Amino acid sequence: MNASVIPKKRIKSISYAKWGYIFIAPFFLTFAIFSLIPLISTIYNSFFENYMVGLKQVGPTFVGLQNYETILSNGDLIKYFSNTMIIWILGFIPQILISLLLSAWFTDLRLRLRTSFFKRIIYMPNLIMAAAFSMLFFALFSDNGPVNNILMSMGMQSPYQFLYTTEGTRGLIVLMNFLMWFGNTTILLMAGVMGIDNALFESAQIDGARPWQVFRKVTLPLLKPILIYVLITSMIGGIQLFDVAQILTNSEGTPDRMSMTLIMYLNKHLFSKNYGLAGAVSVLLFIVTGVLSFIVFRTVGGGKKEKGEVK
Amino acid sequence: MIPEKALAANIKAKRKNDKAILNLQRTFCYIVLVLISIICLFSFYILIINSTRSHPDIQKGFSMLPGGSLFYNIKNIMSNENLPVLSGILNSIFISACVAVLSTYFSALTAYGIHVYNFKLKKIAYTFILLIMMVPTQVSALGFIQLMRSFSLMDSFVPLIVPSIAAPIVFFFMVKYMESVLPVEIVEAARIDGAGEFHTFNRIVLPIMKPALAVQAIFTFVNAWNNYFIPALIINSADKKTLPILMAQLGARTF
Repeated sequence: MNASVIPKKRIKSISYAKWGYIFIAPFFLTFAIFSLIPLISTIYNSFFENYMVGLKQVGPTFVGLQNYETILSNGDLIKYFSNTMIIWILGFIPQILISLLLSAWFTDLRLRLRTSFFKRIIYMPNLIMAAAFSMLFFALFSDNGPVNNILMSMGMQSPYQFLYTTEGTRGLIVLMNFLMWFGNTTILLMAGVMGIDNALFESAQIDGARPWQVFRKVTLPLLKPILIYVLITSMIGGIQLFDVAQILTNSEGTPDRMSMTLIMYLNKHLFSKNYGLAGAVSVLLFIVTGVLSFIVFRTVGGGKKEKGEVK
Repeated sequence: MIPEKALAANIKAKRKNDKAILNLQRTFCYIVLVLISIICLFSFYILIINSTRSHPDIQKGFSMLPGGSLFYNIKNIMSNENLPVLSGILNSIFISACVAVLSTYFSALTAYGIHVYNFKLKKIAYTFILLIMMVPTQVSALGFIQLMRSFSLMDSFVPLIVPSIAAPIVFFFMVKYMESVLPVEIVEAARIDGAGEFHTFNRIVLPIMKPALAVQAIFTFVNAWNNYFIPALIINSADKKTLPILMAQLGARTF
């Protein structure tokens, strides 16, 4: 039976499969050249001793897993990893809460706020260059900067040294990240809320649901795909956190490398041209990102599957 | 008669009450929004004010009022040979514009390929792109620089522009958008009318995708404009530096 059906189909329709390959070819070609080959050569590099002492080139000689041992043995990587994650989580939680609140307000059918002005304003900090933003914060929060002046005039004895305390520096990085990205998140979430069928909100209202109930029982569950997208992209961005911290602390991760992020660490090795160690850091970073993404997909996607099975 | 009237009055009062509560909520929302807007605009305001004040003034303290050294500052930065700001601006505009155009066009093209056509590797290709979305660009930076060196493309714009053809996050957005607005019937209609595949994409699909293209063009332009990591590693000569590199340079020197 089947055998007789298939040839018939073939005669009927022209195959466009060829075009599919042609259309996706540029993407994969570019990816292969500019990302895949570099990734493989990075992994390859991580097994070699290859650095400069003054003007003398050492290596490249094959050293097996020695680079990994060097990096994992001194515990720096774990410290930088926890720095990065702390900064990301501290920034992400208020960001998602405020973005959710704002997107709920902006799309509320009863409130009918005039939103177009505010939407533009909250996206604006995203347009400031991270470099300019962190320099501005550096000036604002320096020891004799305006913020400390205000604090002093309010009765503080000595200036609070924001850039010499762990909490201060991390707090500033978190604050800057938050300001730069909450508008972006709000716009994404708003697009998600607006995609939800209005009839659902209306029927919930007719059934006498309070705004909070509507938000919890209608908006949040239907917003889940977009929330997952925001969570994952934010996590990728959080792990890649670099330029704000780099410029605020002048690539030192002061104080005592407590605000040093993973990518800053990688950048340090790249800049000093220690390619072996840089390769090892890259590979470890790759593994860490992979594991984190897997966990997120598993926990989030797993829930979805369960629901499907129940149905 | 009377109970009906009372009922009507009751409903009226209730409605009035509801309206008052709604107004109260609305006012509260506006107050919060205005506060957030002030915080957002504050940094812009300070940036602009600081650009009009002299360096010792800024160091001395904080002011909400503009100073008088705007032209002095501009002259100063324009005449500094180590900080070619003008060429920096031009470089940044050129690179960001190219990145925005390339990444939106090719992401739409790839998304179209995945969305419209059926082929054997379709599922694999889609999953693969979703997977590489997770990989930070910085991970392959080392190999990237070495490869560019062997292509002798160091200190050129090519490594900053061309890789943007493969932009998984933009692609992901485009696929989601196509799923919601682009019925395959349109493509089939175009085929029946005798349009070629590329013609269909450029003349029919792209115009439908305009909103998504605009959003992603803005996002990618801003990202490229603010990008610091890869340009700082690739660019060496002063006249090719982009604005973020110059900013970082300036920051390192002044403070």
